[in-house]
Amino acid sequence: MNIDALNIGALTIDAARSLVQSREVSAQALTEAHYAQIAERDGTIGSFLTLTKERALKQAERIDRLAEKGDPLPPLAGVPVGIKDVLMTRGERTTAGSRFLEKFIAPYDATAVERLETAGAVCLGKLNCDEFAMGSSNENSAFHPVRNPRDITRVPGGSSGGSAAAVAAGFAVATLGSDTGGSIRQPAAFCGVVGLLPTYGRVSRYGLIAFASSLDHVGPLTRTVKDSATLLEVIAGRDPMDSTSADVPAIKYSAECGRDIKGLRIGIPKEYFAEGLDPEIREAIERRIDGLRKAGCEIVNVSLPHTEYAIPVYYIVATAEASANLARFDGVRYTTRSPQTKTLADMYRKSRDEGFGAEVKRRILLGTYALSAGYYDAYYLKAQQVRTLLTRDFQNAFTSVDAVVTPVTPTPAFRLGEKTGDPMEMYLSDIYTVTANLVGVPGISIPCGKNREGLPLGIQILGKLFDEATVIRLADAMEQEQQ
Amino acid sequence: MKVTEKDVAYVADLANLELTPDESARMVADLNSILGHMDKLNQLDTRNVEPLAEVVSAFASAGEGSNRFAYAQRADLVKPGLSREIALSNAPDTDGICFKVPKVIER
Repeated sequence: MNIDALNIGALTIDAARSLVQSREVSAQALTEAHYAQIAERDGTIGSFLTLTKERALKQAERIDRLAEKGDPLPPLAGVPVGIKDVLMTRGERTTAGSRFLEKFIAPYDATAVERLETAGAVCLGKLNCDEFAMGSSNENSAFHPVRNPRDITRVPGGSSGGSAAAVAAGFAVATLGSDTGGSIRQPAAFCGVVGLLPTYGRVSRYGLIAFASSLDHVGPLTRTVKDSATLLEVIAGRDPMDSTSADVPAIKYSAECGRDIKGLRIGIPKEYFAEGLDPEIREAIERRIDGLRKAGCEIVNVSLPHTEYAIPVYYIVATAEASANLARFDGVRYTTRSPQTKTLADMYRKSRDEGFGAEVKRRILLGTYALSAGYYDAYYLKAQQVRTLLTRDFQNAFTSVDAVVTPVTPTPAFRLGEKTGDPMEMYLSDIYTVTANLVGVPGISIPCGKNREGLPLGIQILGKLFDEATVIRLADAMEQEQQ
Repeated sequence: MKVTEKDVAYVADLANLELTPDESARMVADLNSILGHMDKLNQLDTRNVEPLAEVVSAFASAGEGSNRFAYAQRADLVKPGLSREIALSNAPDTDGICFKVPKVIER
């Protein structure tokens, strides 16, 4: 097949894999075609920080040789993927979007990366993100911001902005991102792609540069719900290298796609539909809820009464954990060290001040403050207690419903520079996404239409712990209904 | 709870961050704005509420005490780790054996 005739920007995992298996297109040609798109258009978008061509072509060649022999190929054979730069890729530069790690070469592969490559995926490169995953717009990348492919004057969202933009722009069939307070789901909504948040512990965090250890989740960004299920199958499962990875067996998630949703009970939490929600987003979501009703779902009004406390809880817990996790960047071991410091203390302080951007410093200071003697009880301990209250809200709701449907973001993608003046304004935009991380439940963001200006709108489904199956089943039905 | 420049200096010290005067001034404003929102949590009565640190152990096992984490343990056996060479490979300064840093104590 003539690869130029192929619309690579619309390829799904199944389509890409079948082209490679049938040898209509070689994995190498498919890889080169993606690099050509990146060369032509990523200068404007800014989604990639590092291209890993040698690694990609070596893998593609290996896949082509298997295809030649006529052997059945692994589940992601020849599928070009991108990896958020907070995940380690052995032998390749891994920066976490930070100047501190500008020259850092990862000494090992993250488990999620290893599993993707064992399944045959072709790693095209490392994707831009907010520095140390801290941000909601990808404007905190120390290198350059990412632009939304749907409107380049606007942000793609964050912190997995590069991951969402690359899928939307046709630079990769699927990508890996990380989500600590919404960093997969929100950019997916802003860019019009699918973003899956697996349950905490569903996917190993080994090799994920830690931001907040009790809130970080690794997950896929894709074009379709089925693709996200396919990727989840590959990366999910207990990992002895991550003691927080759950001893709960993974299932064939893609088999949930196409299953009947009749009889499922869907909760609509009133606190998520109050003031501040863009009317076009509200309308688009109501249309989807109508669709669920027509498909035989029972729509139930529920309440998650502690929702308004989620942002303060999140910004205390996440920053406290971040201040501990980022203590290791001290100028001793990880490439960056301030020149001409005379004492050890000087070296620590100057290396960190020079290596970290403003948002990272702000969060480290906030976290340190919350944990410091005299304030620990008032802030950190209190926040952890409210976290229990938030968990009870969900447990209660899930006694009468199987899943909950909410917005992902209060507005569609905002313009670059629009929210960088006041940090609190940026933080408040996370209102619909942070609770899932605090409670550990799985969720998904899928497209549900566009507004009058053509900007993508997203809808979120949240499920019970380790019930990605129901989330995927519902999301797939909702996606199909919009075709 | 009003944060002052002195508080920021103290916390920056704890966090091993050396802020410029400009950064310090901005941080006072930012922290006050953010902490103002955090005070909302005081509206809630959490007197008999257990703090939640992580979600997995409760789901994975019904054990008590340290048995809750049995699933996360392994036998105490030595396994290969990163070689010294790889561990030192990203260091700004080494002697091939250890990381080298400026002196710790002023004489």
